[in-house]
This record gives sequence, structure tokens and C-alpha cells, in this order.
Amino acid sequence: MANVADTMPDPMTGEDGIPLKTKLRIAERRNRIKAALLVLPLFAFILVTFLVPIGQMLYRSVENNIIADNLPRTIELLSEWDGNNLPPEPVFETMVAELKIARETKEIGKIGKRLNYEMSGMLSLFKKSGRKVRKLETGPYKEALIKIDKDWGDPEVWATIKQVSDRITGSYYLAAVDLKRSPQGEIVAQPDYKQIYVSLFIKTLWISLLVTMTCILLGFPVSFLLSNLPMRTSNLLMILVLLPFWTSLLVRTTSWIALLQSEGMINDLLVTIGFIGDDERLKMMFNQTGTIIAMTHILLPFMILPLYSVMKTISPSYVRAARSLGANPFTAFWRIYFPQTLPGIGAGSILVFILSIGYYITPALVGGQDGQLISNLIAYHMQSSLNWGLAAALGSILLAGVLVLYMIYNKIVGIDNMKLG
Amino acid sequence: MALPTYASPLERVWYYTFRGICGLIFLFLIMPILIIMPLSFNVEPYFSFTEGMLSLDPDAYSLRWYRDILENGMANPAAMGGEWWSDMWNNAQWVRAIRNSFYIGFFATLISTVLGTIAALGLSRPNMPYRNLIMGILISPMIVPLIISAAAMYFFYSSAGLAQTDLGVILAHAVLGTPFVVITVTATLVGFDHSLTRAAASMGASPPRTFFKVILPLITPGVISGALFAFITSFDEVVAVLFLGGLEQRTIPRQMWSGIREQISPTILAVATLLVLISIALLTVLELLRRRNERIRGMTPQ
Repeated sequence: MANVADTMPDPMTGEDGIPLKTKLRIAERRNRIKAALLVLPLFAFILVTFLVPIGQMLYRSVENNIIADNLPRTIELLSEWDGNNLPPEPVFETMVAELKIARETKEIGKIGKRLNYEMSGMLSLFKKSGRKVRKLETGPYKEALIKIDKDWGDPEVWATIKQVSDRITGSYYLAAVDLKRSPQGEIVAQPDYKQIYVSLFIKTLWISLLVTMTCILLGFPVSFLLSNLPMRTSNLLMILVLLPFWTSLLVRTTSWIALLQSEGMINDLLVTIGFIGDDERLKMMFNQTGTIIAMTHILLPFMILPLYSVMKTISPSYVRAARSLGANPFTAFWRIYFPQTLPGIGAGSILVFILSIGYYITPALVGGQDGQLISNLIAYHMQSSLNWGLAAALGSILLAGVLVLYMIYNKIVGIDNMKLG
Repeated sequence: MALPTYASPLERVWYYTFRGICGLIFLFLIMPILIIMPLSFNVEPYFSFTEGMLSLDPDAYSLRWYRDILENGMANPAAMGGEWWSDMWNNAQWVRAIRNSFYIGFFATLISTVLGTIAALGLSRPNMPYRNLIMGILISPMIVPLIISAAAMYFFYSSAGLAQTDLGVILAHAVLGTPFVVITVTATLVGFDHSLTRAAASMGASPPRTFFKVILPLITPGVISGALFAFITSFDEVVAVLFLGGLEQRTIPRQMWSGIREQISPTILAVATLLVLISIALLTVLELLRRRNERIRGMTPQ
């Protein structure tokens, strides 16, 4: 052996004279590139079709170009205005000119709508003025505009226009937490009748928490039973968990409507057995109760499956040891068995909680007025009120919450260990 | 968990109470799914059992709602023969929705399975750089609440001219389905014996040949179950369709959505029954795949 070592050149090289260390490094780098190249197509696909849209939506929650684009000169003049009395005549003159242009380009409705988010009455002010400024050819424009609508004589109107002239705004986020900027520039609470979002966020969290707790309460005994039965029986019973899991969400929501509505089966049954009278049928649908029951049913498998896989790994000898050392059944369960199930409870809870704070379909169908969650309001602003900035801001807040929970989940369970079905 | 012979009376009571509680929870899980099946044969347009149904009167049952799946929206349901069939195929609302669902589901599954499997192969290599970060990004579509994904894609796809097109919905569903493929295939590859690929290479097989002859047959169960997950995701998805799809892209869940909101009729129950049968079939396939996977890896259920 010594001979071989003597004949080897130092440092060790391959046949071609390149040191083995270098060759290894090259080979490793090539492997890393190969692995990255395999991931690249999907990464690019997700980037373009998913991450970019999400980023664009986040940007939309602070984007505010409509005023700056359409009333540029007015804003420039307004920036020199001190905000105390009415702005001087030139401001009115450029405003009239720019209103005429905005009417031509049909942007005037959008300007009015944007300003209306900050101060009610602005949309009708701009629409009305847009129609009438056409005939305005000569000054003085100040009197003429105030004659069209006396609101133009209100310094707050001008202060509001000045305030939303920035291209980046935090006002949608302020609105999403029931705050706004007063014309004087201070952050103040929205008027009482407009304060809905904070309480809705709290309600969403509360309902999600309730659903999570109910899932723990219902999921724990079932998982315990499943993990302690012989394989053959537990596999059969598992079907009862997996079938709902695989059944369409809308199917399950439909059947809850059939069961819970006031002419539904549960009420019929209760009336038939004489538990309640025909005129006192329980109202279990189109309110929070309906939302909670249906969501619990839909999310329960997400609690049972992780809990089951954790309980499956708990060795029965610990509890037996505790019993033989004199612990009563309850102590043995609570002090020995239960702590070992905590990772499963944690994983299941976070999963259920994440899914329920973003829930949309079930509350929209069975929630009625009372059972709506934050997602439903995002959809409302997306589709009906078309206040996309606010929808994006509400969505971003929700997204931030979910991502925090997801990181916690990743810390506890690790995404690699996520199991499906 | 059999009851030991030395159990105290209290333990006996608890043992049966516990089983009773579990029975009730299982009932809660499965009853809503089973209850709609008999209801879908109701002859009356109600969502509850009539007296005739309870007394098992054959006249109280009918297939009219199943017929309605085929006929609802047809120009002339009274026509005969070939005319009826083409009318049904082209005009019936539910038939159109079923066709759309399979069409969109098929292509979305194809895209997510191919991209997801290739990515999983890269992710499970030991020298993948930034593995956790990339994995987190790749499965983010599963984590982000659907309403946010749908809203974001709506803005983006509208500006790209993809809103209200088949392609837009297919791409959206493909994105939502990929995490499931990535997760299942990566999980299958964890137990993969890499000496097999080295053996193939040492015998002179090229990398593509190794992939198709050695790797793919072994990971097929994982790929198929990933594909099934991706398919069911698309098949069951309604939020993205609500935002991105137009009338032409109505899928089964989208049709059910408007059915529940606008004109609730037991036709929905008939469709729901068919969907439950589909999920039973899917569940069976998945179970068979799982068993095959365990057999291949030499693991038998205890």
C-alpha cells in the first residue's frame, strides 16, 4: 500500500491531471444546476400566473393614479394653497379646464368615485359639474363653479382633492381598519355607520376560532378511536372520514341546506316527534349557526387526518406504564397520553384555522346576512361596489394573517411532512 | 382497544359512552352525504322527505330530476331520436357544465401533473439549492385563501385578455392544482431507492431512458394520486370560475352555485348524488394505488 501512496502525485488528481477536489466541486455544481433546471419550469409558471398577479393586487391596494393623472395642473396649483380659505381664482380656472377634458375622456365618473370614498357627495358633485362646465367659457370661474354647486365653496372639498393627489396612498388600508384621514390631514375614526371592517375581522377570527375548537372537540375522540382499533376496522371507519373529504364542497353545502332550513329535515323530525311545535321551527340556516355547522363539517377531516397520524405513532406502553405505577385512567390520559398528541392538535388547528379565515363559498351560501365573513366582503367590493383598492387592501391584510399562520405551521409541522388523504 | 375483563363498572360505562359519542360524530360526518341520495328521487320539488317516500310508496319516487339534468335548457325536449341527443349535447345547461368541467379539469390536470412531477424530481435531489424556500413558493397557491388568489388572477388575467376564456380558467386551475402534485410526488420520492438509478446508469442507460424505464414506473402511484388531487381541485373549484369564467366556462360547481342562489330545485340533489358517486370512485382508485405503493416498497399493512 505504501508504494501506491508514493506513486500518487500530490494533491490527488484524476487521470486528466485535474485535482479530485476540483472535479468533485464541478460535479456538485452540475448536480445543483440540474436540480434547479428541473424545478425551473414550474417555478416560472407559478411566478407568471400566480405570484405576479398577487403582487399586482398588493400594489393596487396602494395605487392612486386617477386624480394625479386627470387633474395634474389643479393639483400643482393646490400644492401652494395653505388650506385655510378657498383656493385662489387660477385654481378654479384650471379645474374647469380639466373638468372639461375629463368629461371628454369619460374619466370624470372615476374621479368622482375615487373622491367619494374619502368624502360622500363628491361623485354627484363631479357628475353634476361635469355636465354644466361645458357652457362655462369666461371667468370669473370661482363664482361660476360655486353657482353650479355650492359645495365648490367648501374648503374641505378642495382639501380632500389635495389630499388624494399622491400617487401612492395608504387610505385604502386606513379604510380597511375603519379609519380615515380628515381634510386637515389627521387620522380619525370613520363615522359610526361606516365602521364595519374591524368588527368583521374580529367576527371572522371568532368564527374561525369557534370552528377550530369544535373540530378539536369532535376530531379528538374519533382520531383516538381510529388509532386504537385494529387496522382492518379502522380502515373501514376511515372511509367515513375520507368520503366527506373527497366530496364536493357544494354538494356538502347543498345537503346542509336540505337538513337545516326551516322546512328542512331536522326541523321536520323535531316537529314530528313533538319536540317543538310547527310554528316554532328552529332557525338554523342563513345565520351564524348555519355557517358554523357547515364549516365544521367541511373542515373536520382536516383535523382528524393529522391528529390520527400523530396518535398512530404514540406507543401504548407509556399509558400502560403510568397505569401500572398507580395512575388512575384519567391521570394517565391527561398527563401521559394527551401531551403526546399536542403536535397533532397544533397541526390540525392551524390548518383548520387557515382554511376557515379565508372561507368564502359556504358563508356566502348558508350564512345569510349575519354569517358573512371577511372574504364575502372582499368579493362584494370586487364584484358589486367595484371599490377594488379597498378589496385589495382587505385582501392584503387577510393574506398577511394567513402567511404568519403558515410560517407557524411550517415551524411546527414542516411543509414536507404535510400528508394528503 | 377491547375492554379488558377486569374493567370496573365505571370503565365499562365510559367504554360504551365513548363509542356512542364516536358513533354520533361519524353520523355527523357521513349523514349529510347519504341523505341527499334518496332525496334526489323525490317526485315532488321539495328538499324534504314526503309522507309517500317515508312509507316507501313507489309513486313517491321518480327519476324526473335526473331527466331534468339532461333536459334543462334544451330547445325541444319533446323531440325524438338523434335530434334529441344533439339538442341535449349542445343546449342542456347541466350537460354543458359537465362537459366544461371535464374539459377544463383534464387540461388543468395535464399541466399541473407534468410541471409538478418534473419539479418534484428536482426538489427531491439532495443537492437542490434553497430547497425549503422554493418548496414554500411552489405550494403557496394552496395556502393563499382562494378569494385572494381569484381576485388577484382576475385583475391580471383581465389585463392579459384571458378573463372569460377557457385558457384563463385552465391556467388558474392548473396553478391551484400543482401544490398537490408536488406534495404527493415528493412524498413518493422520499422512499425512492436511488441506487436503482445508479444501477441503470452503470449499465449504460441514458438519463431519459432511466427516467422512463426505472423512475417513472416506480413513482407512478404517486403521480396518479397527485393527478387525481389536481383533477378534483379543478373539478370542485368555484371561486376562480366565479371571477374568471363567463357563461361559456360554467362548470358543475358554478352551475350548482347559481342553482342554490337562484332557482333551487332537486336537480341539484341529483347532480350532487352523481358527484358523490364520482368521489367514491376516486377514493377507491386512491386506496388501490396506496396499497400497490406499499406492496412495491415491501410494506404490508399491519
